[in-house]
Amino acid sequence: MRDGTALPKIRLRGLRKAFGAKQVLDGVDLDVAAQHGTVILGGSGSGKSVTIKCILGLIEPDAGVIEIDGRDVLRMPRGERREVLDRIGMLFQNGALFDSLPVWENVCFKLLAQKRITRAAARDRAAEVLGQVGLAASVGDLYPAELSGGMQKRVALARAVAARPDIVFFDEPTTGLDPIMGSVIDGLIVDVVKRLGATALSITHDMASARRIADTAAMIHHGRIVWTGPAAMLGETGNAMVDQFARGEREGPIQMELRR
Amino acid sequence: MASIVLDPLAALGRAAIGACRATGEVGLFALEAASHLFRPPFYWRLFWRAFVEIAWFSLPVVALTAVFTGMVLALQSYTGFARFNAQSAIASVVVISLTRELGPVLAALMVAGRIGAAFAAEIGTMRVTDQIDALTTLSTDPMKYLVTPRILAATLALPLLVLVADILGVMGGWLIGTYKLGFVPAAYLKSTFDYLETMDVVSGLAKAGVFGFVIGTMGTWCGYTSRGGAQGVGGATTLAVVASSILILALDYALTEVFFAR
Repeated sequence: MRDGTALPKIRLRGLRKAFGAKQVLDGVDLDVAAQHGTVILGGSGSGKSVTIKCILGLIEPDAGVIEIDGRDVLRMPRGERREVLDRIGMLFQNGALFDSLPVWENVCFKLLAQKRITRAAARDRAAEVLGQVGLAASVGDLYPAELSGGMQKRVALARAVAARPDIVFFDEPTTGLDPIMGSVIDGLIVDVVKRLGATALSITHDMASARRIADTAAMIHHGRIVWTGPAAMLGETGNAMVDQFARGEREGPIQMELRR
Repeated sequence: MASIVLDPLAALGRAAIGACRATGEVGLFALEAASHLFRPPFYWRLFWRAFVEIAWFSLPVVALTAVFTGMVLALQSYTGFARFNAQSAIASVVVISLTRELGPVLAALMVAGRIGAAFAAEIGTMRVTDQIDALTTLSTDPMKYLVTPRILAATLALPLLVLVADILGVMGGWLIGTYKLGFVPAAYLKSTFDYLETMDVVSGLAKAGVFGFVIGTMGTWCGYTSRGGAQGVGGATTLAVVASSILILALDYALTEVFFAR
């Protein structure tokens, strides 16, 4: 507990990151509650993906604090940090499945890498997790290139949760999918996260998806969180910026930066 | 007026600084890759896959190159040496040229085109499709998984390929010597082995190991650092082949100085 409130699973304070002259994150403050779904909304280039990559250790922030379970991951020894990050699963926007490996090996890659499972047992575990995302066990023998976009997304979801992570990140989970398949994937995300009892942090442009997969929404604009509130309220928050974004309106406080 | 003079100088300076930076980056990259040899886990399955890809599947192109090079060497030596009645030196010229220089250099250039490009394209594609980031999130060090096994495989496979190239190149020379130039087969072979020294073969194999390391390092580095989608991967692939080829030729001279300069 911190100041009488529940300890957030992930706590960001003053997170800053610049690429050259461009300040992408300009002091991001965000609390992600344990065993809740949180979604970060924002336009292209607003810093959503960079925020997630900083938490995952893929990008080193210039300044700020990233706490997971109350421990500052940026200032802990490398080995400990790896242990903390090992408990995070990630669904990449384009799936990022390994082309050279069959689906079953993709799904159980982390378990095999951590030697938590034999190759024979990995096939069974892959079949089990593929079943949870609505795919037949026979899909395990196919290669990613043989799958449709929706199936690839399901396999990527299976891979993200196969090692039973505490935290799962979803980067644009419905991008590139038709609305029905997008809804199916959202349903699977909610089911799988609930079954794991995990904390989910998603980033998306898709308002329908945001309402389906998250309890809490946060809006990022110009590298700062400008609003946080219930995801169900999106479009009727009273915050002009969030409402404009949620309704997809041209006129409003958010001006698209167009290069003429 | 000043810009006419200064602009080219500035461009030259930028290129020089860029080259220095790249040299440093490649050096650190190679050191990190080498350090993973001594820090478990080591991915033997990936090493073996890369080794077979280089040593076995490069064999046809290297073999053809070696046979034709041996044949051409024998023919060209004959046309030159016949003027001085020195035809008996053809066998020794062929074998020494092949083992010391042409075997390692030509095999390495062939493998640079085939394997260096493949490494850069494969790893570059993984970079631009987030597969390398995915490896990190799946508790796997991308250097350990993608880079170290490939560099080690290239370093060990190239000497084997060059040994085969040496044998086939000598065979190419022997074919032309006996069937076209009228040498007695046994005499051609005797002449070949009489003038061949252990150092000729060993220096060639040592060069091959260095060239293999260069091909593996440049191929993986170009792929690993590629950016910007398909165009970036294409650029990385081209750079891997061009940089490897230039380094092979430059290092060949340097190693020849080390082994044979008096």
